[in-house]
Amino acid sequence: MAIWADRSTRVVVQGLTGKEGQFHAAKCREYGTKIVAGMTPGKGGTLVDGVPVFDTVADAREKTDCNAALIFVPPLAAADAILESAAAGVELIVCITEGIPAHDEAVVMQTLARTRCRLIGPNCPGIISPGKAKLGIMPAQIHKEGSVGVVSRSGTLTYEAVDQLTKLGVGQSTCVGIGGDPVPGTNFVDVLEAFNGDPETEAVVMIGEIGGTSEEEAAAFVKKRMRKPVVAFIAGQTAPPGRRMGHAGAIISGGKGTAKEKIEALLAAGIHVAATPAEIGITMARALGRA
Amino acid sequence: MKVHEYQAKEVLAHYGVAIPRSRLVTRPEEARAAASDLGGRVVVKAQVHAGGRGKAGGVKLATSAEEAFVVARQILGMRLVSKQTGPEGKIVHKVLVEEALEIAHELYLGVVLDRSVGLPVMMASRFGGMEIEEVAAEHPDAILKEHFDPCQGLHAYQARKLGFALDLSGDTLKKFVKFVTALARAYNESDATLAEINPLLVTADGDVVALDAKMNFDDSALVRHPEIAAMRDLDEEDPLEVEASKFDLNYIKLDGNIGCMVNGAGLAMATMDIIKHHGGAPANFLDVGGGASQERVENAFRILLSDPGVRAVLINIFGGIVRCDMIAAGVVAAATSLKVNVPIVVRLQGTNVDEGKRILAESGLALQPADTMADAAAAVVAAVKSAAGGTAAPRKER
Repeated sequence: MAIWADRSTRVVVQGLTGKEGQFHAAKCREYGTKIVAGMTPGKGGTLVDGVPVFDTVADAREKTDCNAALIFVPPLAAADAILESAAAGVELIVCITEGIPAHDEAVVMQTLARTRCRLIGPNCPGIISPGKAKLGIMPAQIHKEGSVGVVSRSGTLTYEAVDQLTKLGVGQSTCVGIGGDPVPGTNFVDVLEAFNGDPETEAVVMIGEIGGTSEEEAAAFVKKRMRKPVVAFIAGQTAPPGRRMGHAGAIISGGKGTAKEKIEALLAAGIHVAATPAEIGITMARALGRA
Repeated sequence: MKVHEYQAKEVLAHYGVAIPRSRLVTRPEEARAAASDLGGRVVVKAQVHAGGRGKAGGVKLATSAEEAFVVARQILGMRLVSKQTGPEGKIVHKVLVEEALEIAHELYLGVVLDRSVGLPVMMASRFGGMEIEEVAAEHPDAILKEHFDPCQGLHAYQARKLGFALDLSGDTLKKFVKFVTALARAYNESDATLAEINPLLVTADGDVVALDAKMNFDDSALVRHPEIAAMRDLDEEDPLEVEASKFDLNYIKLDGNIGCMVNGAGLAMATMDIIKHHGGAPANFLDVGGGASQERVENAFRILLSDPGVRAVLINIFGGIVRCDMIAAGVVAAATSLKVNVPIVVRLQGTNVDEGKRILAESGLALQPADTMADAAAAVVAAVKSAAGGTAAPRKER
């Protein structure tokens, strides 16, 4: 089953005519994802690698029945791109773009709250259900079909964790990158809730980092509702306060959002916390009784 | 991006937030003239990007123009050391000379993004002058909050609600409402990430004025505010960080001695963590980006090596979209042209990893390969220890 992305997912790529959009859309297609349309204003009627491009998402939806959008447009145009897909009735929007102003993200989230649309990202690697569909920029070959769900605020650190799992023979049901921005479309609790209800997912790896309180909220959810084992790692245990560590959302401000607080909350919720990033895979293998 | 108090007040004034009359000066003689124009009684305030200026001797009252001259002479050029500057402190180049107002009482106002709900929140408290974190710890009930929709802004009724809760009335309440709504608009329209008025002054005449002001702005939005982007003060930033920003590299200087180069922010933080776990201390955070190019790798390498405290380097790259062979070529090119004389541990994983390892091995450079993050961290800590004769203790000086 996996969550949110599977073989029935039909994708419109916003920004397909750009270099990044074209490159990654081709990789997603190679993986077997149904890329049914592209969308770039003013480029309607053209083809990119055989995929028809439309001027608007509404056109793309009418002609191709796409139900998901994958966004590769520049930061100042990205909020508009998300809102356009949401208005066209697209159910799942994955926004890869990094550097969208936080104000625009807050406006987007206020608008999406009135729709049934799910936004993953922005500033994320996307979502992959191994063997089924990939909407994102993650390297496909490190993944393996299986039953561990992965959710993370990071990109390459997620690849690191997935690689460790795969090398230990532990496959993944779905891996969701929720992104490193302060106002993510989807948060840890949303993903944990979905994994909780997914019969194919038997355990979850959660990779958090400093800044905000979403890990604490996830810990509270796990304590109350989660029926599956959760393994976690929090990056930024050595990060200085008040500095943005690469991700716009990775900042300890006013003494809040430290790795220490988060790890304490996770441990108190019965979550297995890996002491180092090198031990994420093995911690999960142990939790599953496979090591 | 951080700005100085005087710059924050400029932005706020543009949106109709009430601020005291003031003048920015760089010489004591100018301070005397400014004080005389402002009526003699003034406050002279050091302009540095750090809080705690008052306790550090960077804010002083002068009762005459002559005293303003004397006080400005003391503050200008001083090395201001506060809790927020670190022990090295900051040299004061500019002071703000501001009219001294009769204080009736002091309040607190601040706007930030409340990440748990994805909305900006206006916070107010009667404990003006106290840091909001302290108030939150000691008097959590004293912090009043009004969230607002960024599309609609903060409504007047919300500002009134805060004002009534702070026991304001009459003309002062009206002025407060105007002040609060203007502050919310300034935050919203200038893409601020923080707008804090601490203290907010209620004067003996019932006026409501921003005595101090602090604003931070969203780096991602500066392209649409060139007038704010121009307020960046490079004197306030670490020179290596300034250099890194020219190449769009995320570099943050730290106190340790192991230079790190990693692709991706999460993996970069995790790499710092694992170095610490193995008893070492990272010299920096450096994210060359998920899709690092050879040129970026070379620039990144050059910048992290220009930190004289670096005794060894750990390169940790997870090649996903970016290929390990390309990274390896960049590392070899940079290490060759920079004549590196510290041990370098390289851990490559992912796409084309074998080709990458071959390039490193055949380069003839003293690069130490590692397969896993744990191996890499152990190796780099050991390298620092053997170079320092058995201790990996981070350097003390900065």
